[in-house]
Amino acid sequence: MTKHKFKAKTLPALSMVGPVTIWLLVFVAAPLIYVLVMSFCGIDQFYNVSYHFTLTNYKRLLNADYVNIYGHSLIIALATTLICILIAYPFAYIIARTKSKKKSLLYMLVIIPFWTNSLIRIYGWRSLLGTSGWINTFLMNIHLIDEPIDFLYKQGTTIFGMVYCLFPFMVLPLYTAIEKLDNSLLEASADLGAKGPKTFFNVILPLTSGGIFSGSIMVFIPCLGYFFVADILGGGNSDVIGNLVERQFQSGNNWPLGAALSIILILVTLILVKIYQKLGGDMDSLGV
Amino acid sequence: MKKRTKRKLKKILSIVFCGLVYVFLFAPIIYIVVNSFNATTSKPYLSWKGFSFDWYVKLFDNDTLLQSFGNTMIIAISSMILATVIGTLAAVGMYKFKFKGKAAIDGLLYIPVVIPEIVLGIALLTLFSNINIPRGMLTLIIAHTTFSVPFVIFNVRARLGGYDMSIEEASMDLGAGRIRTFFEITLPVLAPGIGGGALLAFTLSIDDVIISYFVNGQTKTFPLKVYESIRSGVAPDVNALSTLILIGTTILVVLTQSGLIKKLLKKA
Repeated sequence: MTKHKFKAKTLPALSMVGPVTIWLLVFVAAPLIYVLVMSFCGIDQFYNVSYHFTLTNYKRLLNADYVNIYGHSLIIALATTLICILIAYPFAYIIARTKSKKKSLLYMLVIIPFWTNSLIRIYGWRSLLGTSGWINTFLMNIHLIDEPIDFLYKQGTTIFGMVYCLFPFMVLPLYTAIEKLDNSLLEASADLGAKGPKTFFNVILPLTSGGIFSGSIMVFIPCLGYFFVADILGGGNSDVIGNLVERQFQSGNNWPLGAALSIILILVTLILVKIYQKLGGDMDSLGV
Repeated sequence: MKKRTKRKLKKILSIVFCGLVYVFLFAPIIYIVVNSFNATTSKPYLSWKGFSFDWYVKLFDNDTLLQSFGNTMIIAISSMILATVIGTLAAVGMYKFKFKGKAAIDGLLYIPVVIPEIVLGIALLTLFSNINIPRGMLTLIIAHTTFSVPFVIFNVRARLGGYDMSIEEASMDLGAGRIRTFFEITLPVLAPGIGGGALLAFTLSIDDVIISYFVNGQTKTFPLKVYESIRSGVAPDVNALSTLILIGTTILVVLTQSGLIKKLLKKA
């Protein structure tokens, strides 16, 4: 009897779910636990991790220079999220409410840029925005400016690049939410005498807030880590927490300090996801 | 009359607005495609010197660049296959069977999706260096499989929502074995979900920069190769290669999404 149960249920369940379980334990759970442990470790004179308990790394996180960068990183992430919402909402609204056959084409046109690697596209912007880039050449040719403007190496340019990279992650959940809107509700609101803005704030916005929440999560969190955008387009004042982490794992070589910095990122993520779930957010809609 | 002009104005405004957003989304891609045909030979390769295919010819002499593209493809295809196999098995298994720890596995699945990529990148880096796996092709494939698996599972799971398990029982009642049932009944029903998941895994792999950055060793993928040379100036053969990749992906997606392959197979 137990042998039969083993063959009928345990064996197939194990062979199907086993591989993914082992994979996730070895390549997700174990390394993250190790990062947590390492964040409480020190380093020896050769910059190797030395396993003794210390809070040095966490004390160093309060270093004024670092705090400064957290502030900038936060400003960049907030600005990026806000700009994404402001542009993506009307944009997603228009394409989701398009009645013509062009709708699926309009939707595909948001996805297609994804097929070119994000770093390559950011490099494209770097070439467009530089002093000898096409935008400056164009502006000088039409005599709008006499001297090239240096768009690069500014915090605003980093925000621009982040908006560029993450914009589709705001559009897609908004599109899904807006497409689900029931037309009869909007008509009812209009029939009852509500003017456009009133219908928008009292009916449309509350019904699509789920899309705004999941879009914001998918834009805000990556923003803290996208070091290559800040590296390629930005300059002083535009480093994000990701740049700090990257430095510790490359040239700086203080891995435990980098681990402690990563723990901040993990904590921010956990807090935001908890808030998202409290607001009624569905985890599956974060999977695009 | 006034209402009509107002409506017309609204329509024009929304077309202009959407047009501007699309220009924003496509600007760097248009730059890359156009500049790949630029005849210029002097740094920073920005001023237009006429149309030519020179950079496409030069691309085929640039072995390191071509090799980086080869690496990108090997990693994308291998991780796609691995993630699709592991993910499909897991999605079906988790749907069919109740067992302890299911919620824990579910929770683990969301981690690679929500944490910033850099955290997964450094976590895998420390793991590989601790268990002395030399960083290279193998670690890249492992890393890409890790971040792709959840997306495959979500895709297959979405398809399982409307899956009637009784057809499996019917198949087994008629004498087909468990494995035969899986391949002949379960897989064909789930095919669209599996295909979508595989395509997503492939694109995620091609698009990755951050995680590859930490686990590559000296095996550079195409974007990492470009990243290395960005400060010293990128030659337009990179644009040529990007253009070819874009064309290739477009063809791949159109073929898989439009069901063209299915039609061709039916004719054959």
